[in-house]
Amino acid sequence: MRTAVLKFPGTTCEEDVVKALRLVKAEAEVVKFNSFDPDRYQGVVIPGGFSFGDYLRAGTIAANSEAMKGVREMADQGKLVLGICNGFQILVESGILKGALLPNLKLRFITKWTYVRVSRKDTPFTRGIKDVLLMPIAHAEGRYYLEDEEEARELAVFQYSNPSGLVVEEVNPNGSVQNVAGIANQAGNVIGLMPHPERASFSKLTPDGSTDGLEILRVFGK
Amino acid sequence: MYAVELIIVNKDGVRDPEGETIKRFVIEEQYSGIIGEVKAGKYVRFLVEAKSKDEAESLVKRIAEEKRLFNPIVHKIIVRSERVEDGSP
Repeated sequence: MRTAVLKFPGTTCEEDVVKALRLVKAEAEVVKFNSFDPDRYQGVVIPGGFSFGDYLRAGTIAANSEAMKGVREMADQGKLVLGICNGFQILVESGILKGALLPNLKLRFITKWTYVRVSRKDTPFTRGIKDVLLMPIAHAEGRYYLEDEEEARELAVFQYSNPSGLVVEEVNPNGSVQNVAGIANQAGNVIGLMPHPERASFSKLTPDGSTDGLEILRVFGK
Repeated sequence: MYAVELIIVNKDGVRDPEGETIKRFVIEEQYSGIIGEVKAGKYVRFLVEAKSKDEAESLVKRIAEEKRLFNPIVHKIIVRSERVEDGSP
């Protein structure tokens, strides 16, 4: 499908995302935030980075842009919306996804490979995929918070887990409630996650040769 | 003209590791037992043309809500102001 990969000033991962999307035969292109026409695309990916320097809070400034009004339109029309890392922060700050992403509990920038359990398979991104995925995280503000933990568990699509898929506190890297690594909206067409699927899409770049990130991106190739 | 200060801090119950760290590593050694809680937040200052203090503060509150300068799920805001002649603090 025609997929826009949105670039804000300070977005850094757009080229990697486009390369990974092309691997799964998506018609993907980088689109600058001030020339984004949502009607031209069936899907949109908001990649990671540091949009607008993370001023005020990660994602807040981008959330106020015209481009995000376009993303909201697409979300409301049932089109596919994926926010990765800073993209997840932008989706949360713009209110398209629920909750908040706070500074990591240990206040450090964390970069490491993590296992996540796929907790919801009722979304177009996760239908029929493996139970546990290996993807790297790299963020300072990734502590997912929602007051109602039960609701957080319901929205959660990805939860930090051990390699066998058990969601245990020891592997929670940032203090997220319910080990949340990613959530979807109720309908499932909008997903945000802190791990980077595009960095887990090329076998030469992963510790064990896996390409679990492609599992999530594959839907854009349909 | 009014100088309106917008302060954004975590709501009670949402952990604030920055405040906790300042308390634990900077303050507590010397001032243990005196300082109860330390909270860190964001500070944004606006110079507002308005007829009254109320009007200036309401405008900043409205901007903070409309433009989501804070996230009501985790933050609360404090808005306060004072009249200034030329915008200097």
